[in-house]
Amino acid sequence: MIEWLGVGETARRIASGETRAIDVTEAFLARIAALDGKVGAYLAVAGDTARMQAEGIDRMRANNVPLPALAGVPIALKDVLVTRGLATTAASKILAGWIPPYDATVVEKLHAAGAIVLGKLNCDEFAMGSSTENSAYHKTHNPWDLARVPGGSSGGSSAAVAAGLCAASLGTDTGGSIRQPAALCGVVGVKPTYGRVSRHGVVAFASSLDQVGPLARTVGDAALVLETIAGFDPRDSTSLDAPVPKYRDALVGDIRGLRVGLPHEYFAADLDADVRAALERTKQALADRGAELIEIALPHTHLALPAYYLVAPAEASSNLARYDGVRYGARAEAGSLIEMYERSRGAGFGAEVKRRIMLGTYALRSGYYDQYYKKAQQVRALIKRDFDKAFQHVDVILTPTTPAPAFPFGAKSSPLDMYLADVFTLSCNLAGLPGASVPCGLTPGGLPIGAQLLGKALDEPTLLRAAAAIEAAVGLGDARPRGLPS
Amino acid sequence: MTKEEVEAIAHLARLHLEPDEIERMRGELAAILEHFGALAAADTEGVAPMTHAVPMDLRLRPDVVAPSLPVQDAVGGAPEKAGELFVVPAVIT
Amino acid sequence: MSAEDWEPVIGLEVHVQLATQSKAFSPSATRFGEPPNSLTDPLVLGLPGTLPVFNRRALELALVLGVATGSKIRARSRFARKHYFYPDLPKGYQISQYDEPLCEDGHLDVIVAGAVKRVKLQRIHLEEDAGKSMHAGNVSHVDLNRAGVPLVEVVTAPELSSAEEAAELMRSLHRLVRWLDISEADMEKGQMRCDANVSIRRRGEDRLGTRTELKNINSFRFVQAAVEHEIARQARILDEGGRIVQETRLWDADVGASAAMRSKEQAEDYRYFPDPDLPPLVVDGATMGGILRGLPELPSVRFERYVREGLSPDDARTLVGERALAEYFDATVKVHPGERSARTIANWLLTELLGALNADGKSIAESPLQPAQLSELVLLVEDGTISGKIGKDVFAETYQTGGSPRAIVEAKGLQQISDEATLTAIVDRVIAANPKQVEGYRGGKDGLFGFFVGQVMKETQGRANPVMTSDLLHKRLGR
Repeated sequence: MIEWLGVGETARRIASGETRAIDVTEAFLARIAALDGKVGAYLAVAGDTARMQAEGIDRMRANNVPLPALAGVPIALKDVLVTRGLATTAASKILAGWIPPYDATVVEKLHAAGAIVLGKLNCDEFAMGSSTENSAYHKTHNPWDLARVPGGSSGGSSAAVAAGLCAASLGTDTGGSIRQPAALCGVVGVKPTYGRVSRHGVVAFASSLDQVGPLARTVGDAALVLETIAGFDPRDSTSLDAPVPKYRDALVGDIRGLRVGLPHEYFAADLDADVRAALERTKQALADRGAELIEIALPHTHLALPAYYLVAPAEASSNLARYDGVRYGARAEAGSLIEMYERSRGAGFGAEVKRRIMLGTYALRSGYYDQYYKKAQQVRALIKRDFDKAFQHVDVILTPTTPAPAFPFGAKSSPLDMYLADVFTLSCNLAGLPGASVPCGLTPGGLPIGAQLLGKALDEPTLLRAAAAIEAAVGLGDARPRGLPS
Repeated sequence: MTKEEVEAIAHLARLHLEPDEIERMRGELAAILEHFGALAAADTEGVAPMTHAVPMDLRLRPDVVAPSLPVQDAVGGAPEKAGELFVVPAVIT
Repeated sequence: MSAEDWEPVIGLEVHVQLATQSKAFSPSATRFGEPPNSLTDPLVLGLPGTLPVFNRRALELALVLGVATGSKIRARSRFARKHYFYPDLPKGYQISQYDEPLCEDGHLDVIVAGAVKRVKLQRIHLEEDAGKSMHAGNVSHVDLNRAGVPLVEVVTAPELSSAEEAAELMRSLHRLVRWLDISEADMEKGQMRCDANVSIRRRGEDRLGTRTELKNINSFRFVQAAVEHEIARQARILDEGGRIVQETRLWDADVGASAAMRSKEQAEDYRYFPDPDLPPLVVDGATMGGILRGLPELPSVRFERYVREGLSPDDARTLVGERALAEYFDATVKVHPGERSARTIANWLLTELLGALNADGKSIAESPLQPAQLSELVLLVEDGTISGKIGKDVFAETYQTGGSPRAIVEAKGLQQISDEATLTAIVDRVIAANPKQVEGYRGGKDGLFGFFVGQVMKETQGRANPVMTSDLLHKRLGR
């Protein structure tokens, strides 16, 4: 079926004329109409504009105009990506109905590549969360088991891909928000090196950690989308001025001699048994294909959680100061200016967002800066040093993506419990390194398990090469989520 | 973490919290902050705070003017406006 | 205790808008006086997802000021976010600099009562301006055109010891930033604003008293008035045995007094931290080299040069008060180098030309008389071709018509008569024609001498050489 062809094959068929872009788009729109009521991946479907874009591609094809790389491929966007003329809410009430006057750089690039934007995807409010339960609008359900979470914060992005409701999606990853939902939904998710993809037009959560990345059903598709969105952007002062390789070329290599690091801190005794078993199979598969498995240590791993939960909320409290009801967004009734600020923000932000703003405000208070934010930034340097040392002996690092598979709604009752779900993914953001999650098995109960790969800065090619090897060996193949009809 | 501290931080952050929110927040923040004890114990003597993953200097742009947003777009999303001006409850000095 | 027993201690924080075309972190224009909210873009509005990109020219202008004030320039400085909630601050924070500012430990000289005092500038740092919030009954109106305009903040050490010194420092800084073309610094347009920190202590005491911050000062006059008022207010309180409250007070020019701001707004914790969207600002050798090469001769250096070249300190000071004036002077001197005295040129420039320009409301840039013409005129007077008095007439004509002074002198036959034989004949004629006055003068009426001079001038249309005329008259009249 058209919805399961994937990015590469869809693009190929449209470019060759075998398939019309409008037919692909209509197929996805129909599937969304039929199934998204159960999944809840979408916050908004842009049917009319998607059809217009698809018709435009078909006209180009009919006139023999050479088509750009992703022409006619339907992609959906996490609702923290700013889209001109299309409501962008960050899954928050404070931005309800906000229609931006500009496009994020990654959105401009997708348009330039001819991709079709199907709509905006649900997420945790302002990207803060690990289950998408913090969305101010509705829950998103894991297509593999609708009673369970899809992960977060890019839960809509992972669920939509897993359920065949788009060919690929974009998410953002600040502490694992692409990789963790990718693992829980059995799809591929890639967080690029910090600065690899522009943050212009990305609703900011934690400026020094946020990155945009692709979610797709195959490593090949993720590579194609990454190629499109990566690159230097003069509108982002943290954007890296480095050439973008053809990531798809990385996939044809073999992994003989690839040195794979295994940090013992990530394989502790209390790891979920199914996750451990899947990772064992993964390790074996890599070794069978000629990779060298090397035990390594990342001794400051235990500091990643406290460091992250200081740096991220601090930066978030600052980035969210602009939501004040003055120039855009929701404003509450109030008698005075202070009341207007307090009530607009108090009513407009959900509990988790408020919690993080409070935490961040606390950490940045004068007198506390040195012992909290500055200390956390120093610890980041230590964590980065661990990776630098390790990468002198290995080419890529393998860990489980999450400590356990998808959990039921409401299972994580305390904030701290929820934060612990990110424990394997945080270090990568703190160090600014690229990371990817690739499916490596299912639990006996049929829930996906993800293997995480971490790479050197700007070494997405090696990351993708290793991910492709895992996918070929122990990936899910054509398995479809059992929660939904195919 | 005391109730007064929570209220002070909420005011700094301009967040209105209901009484039960304040109490819940107090407990949650206290638990999270306790977790940060591990950070204090870390030896960071002589370690420069990390600013960016790949070290970079600030890029400068040339002093060239680009068109501004049409004023309808600039104030269009405002919850309250008077012509081309944003309107807020009076600032009291 | 009287006011004289209290020693004022004053520090100034001055904000100067940098003369760039576009804003500090956004390419929106920086023009003044445009319709509200017409100079914004998504970044200026603080829309979600927008990011700052720093303007090279703002850095260059700040560096020029740093170098001109002898400041230490930091090779790597950082931008920091300063957080507070206010309707004219779109992001809820201002991008500024905190503990790693661009410049430190510079100085500015002020002249008060003829004495030069060197005032230390603790720091000069870069930041962005906020928009404008205007009271309108029970609402406020917000215009963000000014939001994001690049500023430097200049902070003096608390070393000013009188309101007059404070006003002089403002004037000194104002002249300097205009001299360097860093800023138009028009205080009425809000391009230069200052806050003053004022405290007092007993004379001879080391410890500083509690200080208050004065805001909303937007002219030199108000700097002096506001600081004077505050010193008097604090002295009164302390004389009565009270305590000074550390607070921010707003100056109200209409009333001529300051009032405390609501204290709730004052206990602000700005929660500074390095802006993660902006990597460190690096100033390298090449950039500094360019700045140094492009730096014009500084006013203080020029002042020394003018005095060495023979100008009076007062004239020298006036000339360096405005760069265009000093350049005009230098250009005039260059036209016929070494042939006239700098002093005379300064005199003609400052008295005649400036006098005429002021009467017309014109600036030196708008002068109808060019340096070449002024130089020619001065040459004609100094080499005796025309008298000083005729020179003034020629000046007036050149100013009106723009012609060459030499041509005017030729055309009108205004050359000075310095030929002894000719003058003697005229003097004799005058004496012969006025026997009554001759008798009166010879009889002791000294005042009549002027009459004879006048008669000679009348006969010669003012062209008689005054010195020779005087000598000859004395000779022929016998006294």
